[in-house]
Amino acid sequence: MNGVHDMGGMHGMGPIERAKNEPVFHARWEGRVFALRRAMRPWAAFKGKANRYKIELIPPAEQLRLSYYALHLTSFSALLRESGLVTAEEFATGKRARGSTKTVPLLKADQVPAFLAKGSPADRNANVTPRFQVGQHVRARNIHPLGHTRLPRYARGKQGMIDRDRGVQVFPDTNVADLGEKPQHVYSVRFSARELWGEQASPRDAVYIDMWDDYLEPA
Amino acid sequence: MSTTRRGFLTTAGVVAAQNAAHGQDHGHDHQAVPSDPALRVKALESLLVEKGLVDRAALDALVDTYEHKIGPRNGARVVARAWVDASYKQRLLADGTAAIAELGYAGEQGEHMVVVENTPTVHNMIVCTLCSCYPWPVLGLPPVWYKSAPYRSRSVIDPRGVLREFGLEFPEDVEVRVWDSTAEVRYLVLPERPTGTENLSEEALATLVTRDSMVGVAKVTFSKTGGPA
Repeated sequence: MNGVHDMGGMHGMGPIERAKNEPVFHARWEGRVFALRRAMRPWAAFKGKANRYKIELIPPAEQLRLSYYALHLTSFSALLRESGLVTAEEFATGKRARGSTKTVPLLKADQVPAFLAKGSPADRNANVTPRFQVGQHVRARNIHPLGHTRLPRYARGKQGMIDRDRGVQVFPDTNVADLGEKPQHVYSVRFSARELWGEQASPRDAVYIDMWDDYLEPA
Repeated sequence: MSTTRRGFLTTAGVVAAQNAAHGQDHGHDHQAVPSDPALRVKALESLLVEKGLVDRAALDALVDTYEHKIGPRNGARVVARAWVDASYKQRLLADGTAAIAELGYAGEQGEHMVVVENTPTVHNMIVCTLCSCYPWPVLGLPPVWYKSAPYRSRSVIDPRGVLREFGLEFPEDVEVRVWDSTAEVRYLVLPERPTGTENLSEEALATLVTRDSMVGVAKVTFSKTGGPA
């Protein structure tokens, strides 16, 4: 979707403000919401669910106003409610429904190191033919999907060159929408700064963008 | 605790009612963010623990890991190893994920690592314009500025201006490459080894390497009096 999260190339966001000796979490609740989201991941109802898409759906003014972890609290709450693991009544009362069975957490403290070390790899061992080769000139498609996409607006319609083939990975556009993983090749595509931004850009500079096969067409 | 639960009840109830009225979820959950997120998160945690969905000790372990165990010191060790061991550097640039795993760093938000090398003619910097993607196993969680709209919006259109704000100025004959982390690949910049460090041990070199140098918004510096210049 053409949301405000897709902010590459926007003006007027102000100077970059840097804090010295910044803590990892600025308040206890930030760490807790971060941990809650990770601890819920092993549940099947959370499989393939993306916080970030939920964040993208938050109206633009709110997205810009809220802090990173406030956005995550919002998106996590939405995922939780949709998961069915928490009923609307439990959400409303903050208490486990009477008569419901207490389950057993899928992530225990001693499993945390192995859980984090494994992560969630996106590569798939699928036999998919790449449509493009390294060195080939390509164009990013001029598409404007209403759902989740990783094709940034500033690159759409622009010409670039395939720099690397990064292998076959899950396609988030369909995966997030519950339309399947649709594994396909991801390429690192080199766009010259001038192609993206015109004469104002430095003639040598370039932006490298990782792009799924479906985002590209031959140039 | 009862106040906490009631606060939770009020906000969550409003949202539940709105969603019921819509008949579907549009994801407009911003309305659910209360004035005090601390209370909301506390209530959420209590509920999930009570239901047996999460283990409180696991939450503690997760927070502790990112506060104390995973951070830019990891990346600094990778960089120092690459500086002293040419064959390691070769492996690192050829397959970042595997070479970084040799030092024991892997997983969450670093499943697919690519390392890009700074040279006298090429300078690399990393951004995520769509989100805040960052290589957690080697750098930890990102600082606020990396996740901020100013950095994300300007890095791709005006990288030299952004670098200038960080105190770096490059002549026109140096190519600036910006890596926008749009997919599941996470990037680490291999900064240039500063001159005058030929006699330093791998451990001493690692102490020079800063987080910002591995994002590509700083250089690694060294002063003969010891430590970063």
